[in-house]
Formats: sequence, structure tokens, C-alpha cells
Amino acid sequence: MQYLLMIYGNEAAMQSAGKAEVEQMLAAYGAYSEAMRTSGVIRGGERLRPSSAATTVRVADGKTKVLNGPYAETKEQLGGYFLIDVPDLDAALSWAARCPGASHGVIEVRPIWPM
Amino acid sequence: MAREGGEPARETAETVARRSYGKLVAFLAARTRDVAAAEDALSDAFAAALADWPARGVPRNPEAWLAAVARRKSIDAARKRRSGEDAAGHLRLIAEELAASAGDRAVPDDRLALMFACAHPAIDPGIRAPLILQTILGFDAATIASAFLVAPAAMSQRLVRAKSKIRQAGIPFRVPERADLGERLDAVLAAIYAAFAEGWSDPAGTETRRRNLAEEGIWLGRLAASLLPQEPEALGLLALMLHAEARRGARRNQAGDYVPLAEQDPALWDARMIEEAEALLFRASALGMIGRYQLEAAVQSAHVVRRRAGRADWAAIERLYDALSAMTGSPVVAINRAVAIAETRGPEAGLAAIEALAADARLADYQPYWAARAALLAQTGAVEAAERAYERAIGLEPDAAVRRFLQQRRRDLRGPLA
Repeated sequence: MQYLLMIYGNEAAMQSAGKAEVEQMLAAYGAYSEAMRTSGVIRGGERLRPSSAATTVRVADGKTKVLNGPYAETKEQLGGYFLIDVPDLDAALSWAARCPGASHGVIEVRPIWPM
Repeated sequence: MAREGGEPARETAETVARRSYGKLVAFLAARTRDVAAAEDALSDAFAAALADWPARGVPRNPEAWLAAVARRKSIDAARKRRSGEDAAGHLRLIAEELAASAGDRAVPDDRLALMFACAHPAIDPGIRAPLILQTILGFDAATIASAFLVAPAAMSQRLVRAKSKIRQAGIPFRVPERADLGERLDAVLAAIYAAFAEGWSDPAGTETRRRNLAEEGIWLGRLAASLLPQEPEALGLLALMLHAEARRGARRNQAGDYVPLAEQDPALWDARMIEEAEALLFRASALGMIGRYQLEAAVQSAHVVRRRAGRADWAAIERLYDALSAMTGSPVVAINRAVAIAETRGPEAGLAAIEALAADARLADYQPYWAARAALLAQTGAVEAAERAYERAIGLEPDAAVRRFLQQRRRDLRGPLA
């Protein structure tokens, strides 16, 4: 089954982190995605720019509305994702727990709905 | 095939339904994780058995027959319901299962794996026990709802949601690895105990279905204890249930009246079950990790001392309830602790301990609280207060035999025996 691991974290804390801390974090993510590649579970994954770079679009009454900012103004924002293919939820949860982001924020695990 | 008439065939179908329900659900849903579809296919298969067996005789292996028919029904249903790649995947899983179970071979017993799926941390804690009762024992939502004091429609909806979660989230049917076992096992044991307790509430054993529940609870407890022999709480729970079940025959006299534990004739207790319980508890204690079920079983064990010593070991009972109280914070434990204190330090001390609970709103409508309070008041000579407490207890008791017992105690307050 495929699962999307959505990495939510505190953007303000990330932005105020020191250089050494950021480097350590990036190295941890490098090792993590390498481990997923080695085991063959990874199907995709990217880091997202902060929510200040987000733009929101909706169409209401035939008019397109474009707004600056993320869908929800919350302290914790989606910062990246991984798409993995594993046998079951337990396997997905154990990969989610290894994600460096799980120690700072939360990882939401969602099964992909096959179409 | 053995030739049998309509009635024996119907009885066999019902017996197999009861004994094999969870096994068949676990077998049918293990790969697809679609519990609801497995239940539907199984209910079709039972209907087919009721039509087929009376006419053609009960098959040699009724369980395998039901599994094969249910499997065919679920293939039909999958073809109808699904389309494209999804159906192909589903049918491939079913085919794998068919290949794995070809012929008349015994249906594998994956009930423990199914129980762990139902008690998965991704499932809402409040629905885990009801889900196990439904998938393993085949209880309908209305029966479960009444056991858990929830509206049947609400219970039904929550069960449906939980089954969707198992399928959609891909929750595995597997006994978890050692590192994750602790919390997961607690949920499984709690559900087993809930099943047993519902059966236990029919002490006269007049309702077959309920009596079977206590037996099924013990059966599930045996299964868990045999598959997880290094888990002291699994052993402790089985010991606790066996201790309670050992006293079933002594809980009613020949007139069908309720006999409280303190007045039961130890000769009526089932010695074989008690010995098994004691041996389990001994094994559990050797594993060196204490827990709620072991403590509760140890309380039963201290009561059983009365067989030899003529009196329960109340000092031990008080200590055990102290430990349970610290572990669970349960007001029910606190009531039992107060009763033990009355035995070790006198009725005034017991009454003081129970008065300390009076402010707990959870006990206002709890019959054992009022009955314990009434008995302690009676022992201290506070007749009027005891009468009021008995009155409250009588009004809260659903079991007619226990009600009669409480009414007699209330009369005795002013009677010749008082």
C-alpha cells in the first residue's frame, strides 16, 4: 500500500534555528531518505518552501480568488512529504517514526486512495 | 457426509457459528483486511448451511465447508462491487488465500492476529473491545451496545467506522513485535475481560448466550496465554477469570438465591479450576512484572485460602487492593479496599474508608457502593442509615436474585437476627 507521510512542523522555530542545527537536520533527512531508497520503499518526496511562499486559490460564483498565504494559518505547517510503498500501516508508522521531523513536529500518515 | 435430520443440522450450524465465527472472519479478512465483507460473506455462508445441511447432511469438516462457501460468496461480491485494477488486486488476494487453504484442510486460527488488528493504536480506544466482541464472537451491535451502555445505532455506526479504518488505513492482521506489544496487549486483554464480565453477570447461567460469553472469555484468555506465555498479564487475566468461574456453582443456592462470596460453601468451588489459576499466577509472578490482572487474581487467591484456613487472608487482600488502588485509581477498587479494611481493622475503620468515597459522583448510582456501605453501617449499629443505603442499592440492582438478597438483608436489620 502507498502512504503519504506529511511532515508538519513549527516554521518559526525552523527559521530561527542556528546554522549548525540546520545542517544537522538536513544531514538527518539525507540519511533518512537514503535509508528509504536502500530499502526500496520510497516513491517520492520533497521539501516545501515555508508557508509565506504559499498562495491559495479558490473559485466562487465563477470568480477566481487568489489569496496570499497558506490554507490555514496555524503554528505548525506542512513542510514536506514522502510517498512510500509498504505492506501495511505498521510499516508506514515505523518509517514515520524514523523521520527526523517526527522529533520536532508531527507526521500525518495517510493511505493513498487508489483510483 | 454424515446423514442427519433438520434439527441436528441446525444445531451443528449454530454450534459452528458460535465456535468458529472469529476464526472464519480472521481467515476471510486476513489478506483483504475487509472485515465487513468477510462478515457479509460469512452470514451468506451460514444461510447456505441452514438450507443445505438439513437436506444433504452435515459435512465432515463444517468449518472448512463454511470457509469455502464464504470465500466463493466474497469473490462474487468483489466482482460485483469493484471495478478495474482494484477488483483485480482484491481477487488476487482472495485467490492467494484459496490456494493457501485448498481442500478440506483445517481453517487456520488467526484470531489473535485479528484481535491485535482490532486493538491497534490507530483504532479509537473506546471501540476496541466492542470490535473484538463483534469480529471474534459474532455479537450483534445491539448486544454489544447494551453491554457498554451505548445506544445501538451509535454503536453500530462506530463499529462500521472502525472496520473501514482497518481496511482503508491498511492495519495489519499480525501479533505485534515485542517492542510494541505492551500497550497493544493491554487493549486485547481488556476486551477479553469485557467479554468474560458480560457472561459473568448471569451467574445462574440461565441465558445460554451469556454463559457462553464467560466460556468464550476464558477460551480467548487461554488462547492469549498459550500464544504469549512470557506475558505475565496474559497469564494473570486467565488466572483471574478461572478463579471467578470456579465459584459459579456456589453463587446461587438450590432455591436460586444469591449467595455472597463470604457465605459460599468452599466445597462447591471448582478445585481443578482453582488449581489451574494458582499455577498460572505462580508462573506469572516468576516473570517479575506485576500488573492489574495479576493483582486481581491474587485477591481471588487470598479469598480461596478460606478452603484450608477457614478464613480469607484479609491482610493480604487489603495490601493487594492498596496496590491496585495506587495503580488504577479506580473507585470500585476503593470500595473493595474499604470492605477489606473492615475485616482487618473493624467496621468503623471500613466505614470511614467508604465515607471517604461519598463525594465521588461516579459511585452515586453504583449498586456495590451502596450495598457495601449498608453492610458496614449495619455492622456499626447505624440501623436507619443502613436501611436507607440498602434501599438505594435495591433500587439500583438489575439482577432479581441479588435484589431479593438485599431485601432480605434490609429486613434482617430489624428482624430477630439483627
